[in-house]
Amino acid sequence: MSFVEYGDTIKDGDTAIVFLGHESMFPVKVQHGTVTQTKYGVIRHSTDLIGKKYGSKVTCSKGGWVFILHPTPELWTMNLPHRTQILYSTDISIITMMLELKPGSVVCESGTGSGSLSHALIRTVAPTGHLYTVEFHQQRAEKAREEFREHGVEHLVTVTNQDVCKNGFGVSNIADAVFLDIPSPWEAIGHAKSALKAEGGRICSFSPCIEQVQRTCLAMEEYGFTEINTLEILLRVYNVRTISLQIPDLGKAAEDNSSTGFDSSSPSHQGSPCANLQQGTVQFKSGVPLREVVGHTGYLTFATKS
Amino acid sequence: AMEGGPSARIREGDCAVLKRDEVFKAVSVLRRRKIIFEKQWFYLDNAIGHIYGTTFEVTSGGNLQPKQEVEETTTETKEAGTDNRNIVDDGKSQKLTHDDIKALKDKGIKGQEIVQQLIENSTTFRDKTEFAQDKYIKKKKKKYEAVITIVKPSTRILSTMYYAREPGKINHLRYDTLAQMLTLGNIHAGNKMIVMETCAGLVLGAVMERMGGYGSIIQMYPGGGPVRAATSCFGFPRPFFDNLHEFPLSKVQSLLSGTFTTETLPADPEENALVEEESNGLTEEKQTPLQETEEEPTAEAAMEINPTEEQDAMDMNAEDVEFKENKEKENKENVREKQIKQWERRKKLLEAAALLREKNADGLIVASKFHPTPLLLSLLEFVAPSRPFVVYCQYKEPLLECYTKLRERGGVINLKLSETWLRNYQVLPDRSHPKLTMSGGGGYLLSGITVVLDKGKSDSSNSEALKMEEPSSKRCRLQDLPC
Repeated sequence: MSFVEYGDTIKDGDTAIVFLGHESMFPVKVQHGTVTQTKYGVIRHSTDLIGKKYGSKVTCSKGGWVFILHPTPELWTMNLPHRTQILYSTDISIITMMLELKPGSVVCESGTGSGSLSHALIRTVAPTGHLYTVEFHQQRAEKAREEFREHGVEHLVTVTNQDVCKNGFGVSNIADAVFLDIPSPWEAIGHAKSALKAEGGRICSFSPCIEQVQRTCLAMEEYGFTEINTLEILLRVYNVRTISLQIPDLGKAAEDNSSTGFDSSSPSHQGSPCANLQQGTVQFKSGVPLREVVGHTGYLTFATKS
Repeated sequence: AMEGGPSARIREGDCAVLKRDEVFKAVSVLRRRKIIFEKQWFYLDNAIGHIYGTTFEVTSGGNLQPKQEVEETTTETKEAGTDNRNIVDDGKSQKLTHDDIKALKDKGIKGQEIVQQLIENSTTFRDKTEFAQDKYIKKKKKKYEAVITIVKPSTRILSTMYYAREPGKINHLRYDTLAQMLTLGNIHAGNKMIVMETCAGLVLGAVMERMGGYGSIIQMYPGGGPVRAATSCFGFPRPFFDNLHEFPLSKVQSLLSGTFTTETLPADPEENALVEEESNGLTEEKQTPLQETEEEPTAEAAMEINPTEEQDAMDMNAEDVEFKENKEKENKENVREKQIKQWERRKKLLEAAALLREKNADGLIVASKFHPTPLLLSLLEFVAPSRPFVVYCQYKEPLLECYTKLRERGGVINLKLSETWLRNYQVLPDRSHPKLTMSGGGGYLLSGITVVLDKGKSDSSNSEALKMEEPSSKRCRLQDLPC
């Protein structure tokens, strides 16, 4: 296994994802002799995990079962230990496409944070590209290095512990893309420009506040970036539910034995073939929005180096 | 991979994308080919050799010329008003007439200068607020300063272009939705992907770009063959296509049930007929392809080509063949070519079938005009466990049904039905606000992860159904409902 290459069977040293059910999963480091506690009982790595196929169902000691999944950056994003606020796959997806990232790309990123975006970038640029990621917090930088090692991707990434606004990314004129998620991105635009290749490089800055965006756009313009464009993207998730609605009793007209007039089995009724007339209800399938959704994460500003 | 080197240059034969502000158009770079774009016409000849990303001006005569870097007019405190209470829009504030402007254009005056003239001849310009002046200048520049940038195609560029110009061709798949698919599907180098799309090959191209030529793709197609119009726009190097296979949907059922054969191809009925008619004089030619393939496992396929007709041909009178030789020489060539092509097609088909039969694909992407449910239920069979799949549909309802059928089938977890909402912003000092809303137009996605399918009992047993869905005390029990 690695985050950049699929494997079929679970091996000692792998990071695997234990899936217990709807929105309930956690990562586990597979190790001979270790056990993992779950609400369904104990999982013994040596007998239950190692050698099994990814995607297998594993029955735990109390009788309940779980699925063991191959790690992906997306699953990692949902399960990694947060050291900072992270970027989620919705933003990561549009960032990846708008920065035109692909195998072989060279990307610069700051700050590394908890490594959510980092893992996704590494996956996209593998096997011939590279990620240069800069983090000014020493422990976070070290933790990131450790995780990249454990996940088998250390050859694709360089973690530098410094302040990108003062000292840049540590490389010049080679990056295809630069990504900034820092409090004062306008202070790093100059460094971003020198890290980028001569022509056609792409830059992205992520900021929660519009004031930060304004200052950053101004800086980009001053440094000669073109195609400056700011957007935001929101994810709307729907739960699939079978809904039953009651038919109201509207009474009857005098001397009229027919139904209430609302013929729930008429073809015009919202495509549902199954009306339960006995109980005076109508059923249909619906995609119901979640009650609480993530509203705003941040604004994404993209530009091109000319 | 061709990254990390000097910037790419525009070459003859390339597929390039013309860009002016937010408008894109894909064109073939050919000499002496008249291009019409944004109400201008020109030749691309002068662009050849320049770096992608270069901005050009259209000169009179229809030639491109790289735009010189211009000093932005310094924002000296120009005369400006405070608001528009006294500005009357009577259509008479511009003193230059259509003819005057045309005369300027004909004289070859640069757009920049024309804009300057318009400003000087506008009676209301100095009464406008600074912001309004700014807006006025931008608008005139847009109209008279005809600059075109030639950009290198990429998923970003092409998906934006298709969504703006020909959304019908891509089932209204908005570019941010496509971006989600590529990430949710964990598309990366080395994957073995199954792609089923009717988006003119745009989705296929996007997948190929993210795979960088590594790994393999089996494209499932309806009808006679896959459409790859958009794919060719990406400009991938030839080797990218070595591991791109295709397989007809019409053969999927037979493949799944084990009754697959190459006897009836979804090919030109004309093609087949031709081979049968003219096989009589072709014994010699037929031998060669057969011999060449003896080592290949697909030798079987070659042998299948009408062994009985071979027999007939041999029996035929040799004199007859020689007599007709001249007349039929040309026909022979054509037929031989067609035969080789058909044999090659059969070989490729068997290769694709073999790849599918392994049932170990690393992912599935579906984005088509067809109802997604039958596609998912059949194509998921070819995907390994613990792999992501993503289905796009322009409409939400079919995905509701798909979700339900997948639950019944089992072998999938983490099902999610979603859409993305995208908003662009104008960011200017004191003038920042959202630009336009594009919500509701991007299409929907259903994604999930495969798991080992328990053939014995369905995975959607009571306990799992309850586990998988949020509890709802007033909800009728699903099991009791007829649908």
